[in-house]
Amino acid sequence: MADVKKIATRDSYGNALAALGAEHENLVVLDADLAGATKTGVFKKAFPERHFDCGIAEANMICVAAGMSTTGLVPFASSFAMFAAGRAFEQVRNSIGYPHLNVKIGATHGGISVGEDGASHQCCEDFALMRTIPGMVVMSPSDDIEAKACVKAAYEHVGPVYMRFGRAACPVFHGEDFQFEIGKGEMISDGTDVAIIATGIMVAEAIEAAKVLAESGISARVINICTIKPLDEEIVLQAARDCGKIITCEEHSVIGGLGEAVCSLLSEKLPTPVKRIGVNDEFGHSGPAAALLKQFGLSADHIVEVAKEFVGK
Amino acid sequence: MTAAEKKQLAITACKVRMGIVTATHGAKAGHPGGSLSAADLFTYLYFKELNVDPANPKAPDRDRFVLSKGHTAPGLYSALALRGFFPVEDLPTLRHIDSYLQGHPNMNTVPGVDMSTGSLGQGISVAAGMAKAAKLQNKDFRVYTLLGDGEIQEGQVWEACMLAAHYKLDNFCAIVDNNGLQIDGNVADVMSPYPIVDKLEAFGFKVCAIDGHDFDQIEAAMNTARETKGQPTAIVMKTVKGKDVSFMENNAGWHGKAPNDAEHEQAIGELKAILAELEGK
Repeated sequence: MADVKKIATRDSYGNALAALGAEHENLVVLDADLAGATKTGVFKKAFPERHFDCGIAEANMICVAAGMSTTGLVPFASSFAMFAAGRAFEQVRNSIGYPHLNVKIGATHGGISVGEDGASHQCCEDFALMRTIPGMVVMSPSDDIEAKACVKAAYEHVGPVYMRFGRAACPVFHGEDFQFEIGKGEMISDGTDVAIIATGIMVAEAIEAAKVLAESGISARVINICTIKPLDEEIVLQAARDCGKIITCEEHSVIGGLGEAVCSLLSEKLPTPVKRIGVNDEFGHSGPAAALLKQFGLSADHIVEVAKEFVGK
Repeated sequence: MTAAEKKQLAITACKVRMGIVTATHGAKAGHPGGSLSAADLFTYLYFKELNVDPANPKAPDRDRFVLSKGHTAPGLYSALALRGFFPVEDLPTLRHIDSYLQGHPNMNTVPGVDMSTGSLGQGISVAAGMAKAAKLQNKDFRVYTLLGDGEIQEGQVWEACMLAAHYKLDNFCAIVDNNGLQIDGNVADVMSPYPIVDKLEAFGFKVCAIDGHDFDQIEAAMNTARETKGQPTAIVMKTVKGKDVSFMENNAGWHGKAPNDAEHEQAIGELKAILAELEGK
């Protein structure tokens, strides 16, 4: 995919906020001293009067956003995933989730591809944490086009939403005519031997892997799951019926994320063998994003390896 | 305020206290101590200060009150019920299964509750968010929040204070119920929050230190809060935990314990005597 345009989904987030801000006066953005990194700075430049820096105080920021939402504003509260979902988990749970307030959490720097900052900032637990909150929509877009659509859908959705964006640039593979819907998975390519169900930046890797597998005579279906909760059950069940084998791929711990959501569904409704590709219950470390992803098995190469062994061809 | 008005507030506060005792007795659980210490404040807010309408509890331009010390829901519920937001007769269903009167305030089930609270330290941040939102939308409603003196041990409280002062939220008023006791004992012994007034001043608040059982002082502080421009106001009110129920007064043991039948009878008897005296019977 060397010739493909690459954009980090955090940039998509900032751009989408600025575009939506022009249409909707009640959209406000909160940040915790990271506007440059989360890209809410793009919105701030366009609408400085609707951007509030809360300083390095994420717990407070989440609750301030909750309070604002009760007056009819639609706040997007932003920080790194580690702090938005991790540090402020209980604030999200009690002050946004429990009262079911209309707050959108835009969490950037999710996963291991944060890179050089190392394990303290590489959040691989956010899907797990956010999935457990009743009524919370959890989304992890795969490219620029989907990320922008996801932000728009989050604004239109009434209720709490958690969105995870990445730091590193990733390939743009959706077309401008892409139609996004919360809770709907996307079959990117059909296949019958195995279904690769991926989220976030792993979707591009899955697409790449399917091409390589095809050369070895393995027909792999690729499914993009942006909405981890509520999960598109039908697309997963159909993949299980058609392919009989499922591989999940996510830049997240294998505990509590997309892989577990798929396993939970299948074990109850259609027991199907599943291989989970993700971070295997370990912390990351410093290094360039691309090298880290490879080292942690979050790559097309590793998906190919797992698929070949799984399918037995 | 006139003597008659003050007397009427005292009568209402006594009824709020009866509601607290009745609710926690009915629940066989709950937090009477800190509800009773704040009963005069609840009364003043809902019967004098707040621009609220029981017939239209979600009116967009109403004043807001966030009970940051959410465990004292019995006090808030009792005041709301007496103010007409829901039937006083429902108070004994507090904490019962399927009752709308949840153990901690739930904005989606209890008419008049502006925010779901219970986890300490969060309500003040939410209230600050409401105040900031009012400023942004050029609305002139005011936002009040009540904190416990133990609650201010939560670091998030000070994050919220920093924000309220930074954004000059003069439509925001944080009240601290300084009854001096928390679950494990004296706040000064458990983890001293003192000096509270100095800390709040240092954080940029206009601070009023008052007796939280004196309606004249409460009124003066609320007036100061409304008149103060360019900075938020804090009211630090010295109170008696368990106020007006003799065996609960200044006793940390009554932080989170319900009166049994005999205790309930005694407490109601004491409050009835106060009421009779106020009403001149």
